[in-house]
Amino acid sequence: MTVFVDAVRREAGSIIARYPQGRERSAIMPLLYLAQSEEGRVTREGLQEVAGLLGLKTAEVEAVATFYSMYRLRPTGEHLVNVCTNLACLLRGGKDVYEAAHRAAVVAHGEELSEDGLLSVHEEECLGVCEFAPAVQIDFANHDNVTPERMGELIAELRAGRTPEPSRGPAMRSFRHASRVLAGLERPEEVGA
Amino acid sequence: MSLEFEPRLTRDWDDPSVATLAGYVAKGGYGALRAALEMSGADLIQVVKDSGLRGRGGAGFPTGMKWSFVPQDTGKPTYVTANYDESEPGTCNNRELAERDPHRLIEGTAIAAKAIECHLAFIYVRGEYLWQGMVMQRALEEAYAGGYLGKGIAGSDYDLEIVLHRGAGAYICGEETALLNSLEGLRGEPRLRPPFPAVEGLYASPTVINNVETLMNVPDIVARGADWFRSQGTEKSPGTKMFTISGKVERPGNYEIPMGTPFRVLLEDLGGGVLHGRALKAFTPGGSSTPLLTAASIDVSLDYESIAEAGSLLGTGAVMVMDDTDCVVEAAERMVRFYAHESCGKCTPCREGSWWATRVLGRLEDGLGRERDIPLMHDMGTNFLFRAFCALADGTAAVITSSLEHFGDEYEEHVRLGRCPLRAPDPQAGTDPDALAMAPPSEVAS
Repeated sequence: MTVFVDAVRREAGSIIARYPQGRERSAIMPLLYLAQSEEGRVTREGLQEVAGLLGLKTAEVEAVATFYSMYRLRPTGEHLVNVCTNLACLLRGGKDVYEAAHRAAVVAHGEELSEDGLLSVHEEECLGVCEFAPAVQIDFANHDNVTPERMGELIAELRAGRTPEPSRGPAMRSFRHASRVLAGLERPEEVGA
Repeated sequence: MSLEFEPRLTRDWDDPSVATLAGYVAKGGYGALRAALEMSGADLIQVVKDSGLRGRGGAGFPTGMKWSFVPQDTGKPTYVTANYDESEPGTCNNRELAERDPHRLIEGTAIAAKAIECHLAFIYVRGEYLWQGMVMQRALEEAYAGGYLGKGIAGSDYDLEIVLHRGAGAYICGEETALLNSLEGLRGEPRLRPPFPAVEGLYASPTVINNVETLMNVPDIVARGADWFRSQGTEKSPGTKMFTISGKVERPGNYEIPMGTPFRVLLEDLGGGVLHGRALKAFTPGGSSTPLLTAASIDVSLDYESIAEAGSLLGTGAVMVMDDTDCVVEAAERMVRFYAHESCGKCTPCREGSWWATRVLGRLEDGLGRERDIPLMHDMGTNFLFRAFCALADGTAAVITSSLEHFGDEYEEHVRLGRCPLRAPDPQAGTDPDALAMAPPSEVAS
C-alpha cells in the first residue's frame, strides 16, 4: 500500500469500525475522502487500496467514486473554488461571479484547473445557502453574497498563500484538508468549528 | 396583513447557546426523549399519527403512518436514517435548523428510533455541508458524553448509537432509496419500490427515513401532545413549516410560518417584497422541481392542498422569486441543466431527455431556436412525466411544462426575435444581443 500507510492505515480502520460488522462496504465514501486527502485527488492507487481494505473489486469502488462529484479523479488544484450558478444564485448574478473566478484564476475555456495548477474552478449546483446568493465555497468553506470583485479578491488571497476567512464556520487550509474533515477525522474544536 | 403565531422550530434561534448540549438541556431539551423512553413504541407512533405530522422532505406523507409500516417480527434489526441530504435548488432550511439547533435533530432521531425499536441510527448529511457536518459531529459527541446516546440512554436501559455519514455531492441521494444505496456504499441510484424501506430498507432491514425538519418536529409532539401540534396550521396540513425564500426578494432567508399562510405574507411581510420594488413574474413554491406559479397565484395558501389546487407542489418549501426582468427560458435552461447533471443515469427518459432538453433550451435562449422547438419541448415535458423510477425526471418535466404553460409567448418571442427579448439592447446589460444571435451553432444538434 502506498496511500493508506502507517497512521493513515489505522485511521482507515477507525472509519470502517463506524459501521456494523459485515457492513464494511458502507465505509467506501469516507475512505474515498481519506484517500483524496492523502493525494489531493482520488488516484488509481487510492481506488485499489480502498478496494483492498474492503475486499471489493477496484471497479466496484470506481463505480462509486465516479458517481459523486465531490470525489475528484482529475488533477485538482491545491484549492477548489466552487461557484454556484443554479437559479437562486443565477438571479443574483452568480454567472458573473463564475466568469470572474475563471478570469482571476486564469483557467482555459472548458477547463477547471488553473494554468499554474494552484486552483480548480468548478461550476457548482445549488450549495444550499440560497439566502446568501451568489454563493461560493473555497475548499467547501462558505463565502456569502460574493460579487465578481470579491471573487477576484478571494482568488488573490489564495494566490498570496492566505486562507480567506469564510462567512461561517472554520476555514479549510486546502482541498486536502477539507477532504480529511469530510472523512470525519478532524475533531470539530481543533479546526475551530 | 400581519402574521401572528407561536414559533416552534425557530423559537430558540435568537439564543446561540442552544447549539450546545448545556444550552439545549437548559431549555428543556431531551425532556421529550425521557418521556418517550417511558412510552411504548405503539403509543409513540399513535401520538405522531394523531398529530397529523406530514413528511417535510417534499412528499408530505404522514409520518406516523410511515413509522407504523415497520414490522417488528422479522428477526432483523431496524434502522432510522435522518435525511439531511438537502439538495433541492432553493432549499436550505434543514441546514439552518440543524446548524442552530443540532440537538433537536438528535432528540427527534432518538425518539423515532425508540418508536420502532431501533438501536443504530444514521444521520446522512450532504457533503457540501462541511461545517454543518462538523456541528452535527460535535453535538453527537456531546450527546454521547452526556449519556443521551450510547448504552442506557438518558438513564434508561435503552441503547442507541447514531452514526454521522457524509454524502459526496449527489442530489439524487435525497431520494430515500438512493440514500440507502449510498449509505450501503453503492452508487446512489434509486431502488424499485415496493418493497418500501419500511419493510426492506437499509441492509435489507426495516428502515424509517425522515427529513430533518420532520424529525425536529417530533420532540415537541411527544412533549406537548398531538392537539397542541394541531393548534397551528390547517386541518390536513397541521403545524408550521419552514420556507426558504430566495432570488429576487429584499430579505432572502428561512422563515417559519403556519401551514396555510398566504404566499403574499411570506413574500411581502417576511421577504420584504420583490427586490427593488419590481413586479413579481414567477416563483417556485416548493423548489426547482415544482411547477412554476405566476403573480396570479400571489394569494395562494401555503399548504399541501392549496398549492396542489393552484397547479404546483409544496415540495421542500423553497420559494425562488423571479421578477419582470428575468427570463423564463434562461431560468428553465439552468434548472433543467441541473437535472441533467444530477440524473443518476438509470432511466433513459431522464438521462437522455434532460440532456437533450438542456440543449434545446440553451439554443432557444441563445436565439438559435426554431419554431418546432416549442412543440418539441412540450413533447419532451410530457414524455418525462411518470416515465422513470423516481421523481427526478418529474421535476425536469415540471420546469419545462409549467414554463411553457405560463410563458409560451416568451418562448415564441425568443424564436421570432432570434434573441432573448429580456436581453434587449441595453447599455447596462453588457451583452450584445446581436453577437449572441449570430453565435455559431457549435455543438447544437440539428
